[in-house]
Amino acid sequence: MWKWLHPYAKPERAYQLCVTLQPYFLWPGILCLVAGSIWGLAFAPQDYQQGDSFRIIYIHVPSAILSMSTYVAMAVAALVGIVWQWRTAFMAMIAMAPIGAVVTFIALFTGAAWGKPMWGTWWVWDARLTSELILLFLYLGVIALYGAFEDKQQAGKAAGVMALVGVVNVPIIHYSVEWWNTLHQGATISKFDKPSIAPEMLWPLLIALVGLALFIAAVTVMRMKNEIIRREYHRPWVKDLAARALGGDHAV
Amino acid sequence: MQFDSLHDFLAMGGYALYVWLSFGVSLLALVWVVLDSASTHKKLLRNAREEQARQARIAAARKAQAVHSESQQTGS
Repeated sequence: MWKWLHPYAKPERAYQLCVTLQPYFLWPGILCLVAGSIWGLAFAPQDYQQGDSFRIIYIHVPSAILSMSTYVAMAVAALVGIVWQWRTAFMAMIAMAPIGAVVTFIALFTGAAWGKPMWGTWWVWDARLTSELILLFLYLGVIALYGAFEDKQQAGKAAGVMALVGVVNVPIIHYSVEWWNTLHQGATISKFDKPSIAPEMLWPLLIALVGLALFIAAVTVMRMKNEIIRREYHRPWVKDLAARALGGDHAV
Repeated sequence: MQFDSLHDFLAMGGYALYVWLSFGVSLLALVWVVLDSASTHKKLLRNAREEQARQARIAAARKAQAVHSESQQTGS
């Protein structure tokens, strides 16, 4: 049943798949991000309590949600790599880590810039903010640990274990606003109840969320391509690729 | 449109600093990660080509040396 999947464990096929997927992720992603931002910034109604400062929601919430989703995706790739010894799974894991870290940084930064006018402070050491900061450190830890090993299979295993252990932080982030007293407000859309936000505010938020998800996927396949080349640079197919991509100049 | 003028839009109801700082830094971060990935891609391809050219030169030199020593042996 899963046999069709097996060729993609081969680096060259995986590379081709990344090349095929990249434009389908990148351009719709950018389009949705631009559309969601413009709609959110200029056309969504003002919040009755927070005025125009609430417009930060259109990057803060998508980046916060996706910083956790990306982490889970990275951990799944790590699990596949550790259990089935897939080299390409470790490559996917390390391809996701930098964009995950960037998105986590964006969530923290926009949160601080929203907290300043609303709470009167850029930062507090409360549960939601601290656990999200730990998520950033987990991403950076995975990147650093992977870089510390010369043998990339070993690196994948070590960083993979760290990524897996760090998964425990994800539910902590999600439920932190319920488990502890915190300045951070509760969930608005990521709950099973009806979203507590007006539809004309919700639509641009959902579009920005989809856009950022596609953008993360696009960066992941871009970096996945890089990881494959890094591991396969002595192979003839990479030589052909380099000749085609860099043009016919043979000046070396 | 929620704003009456471009000036109003840019002022963001008094929250201009926070709103534009958030969107600006986020944009920079996302652009940076894409540019970084693209430039790494170019660099890796260039390295791969150089490495393979080096291997080809080494192989060619070995071959030339083998042919040379062979002709010396038959000559003596």
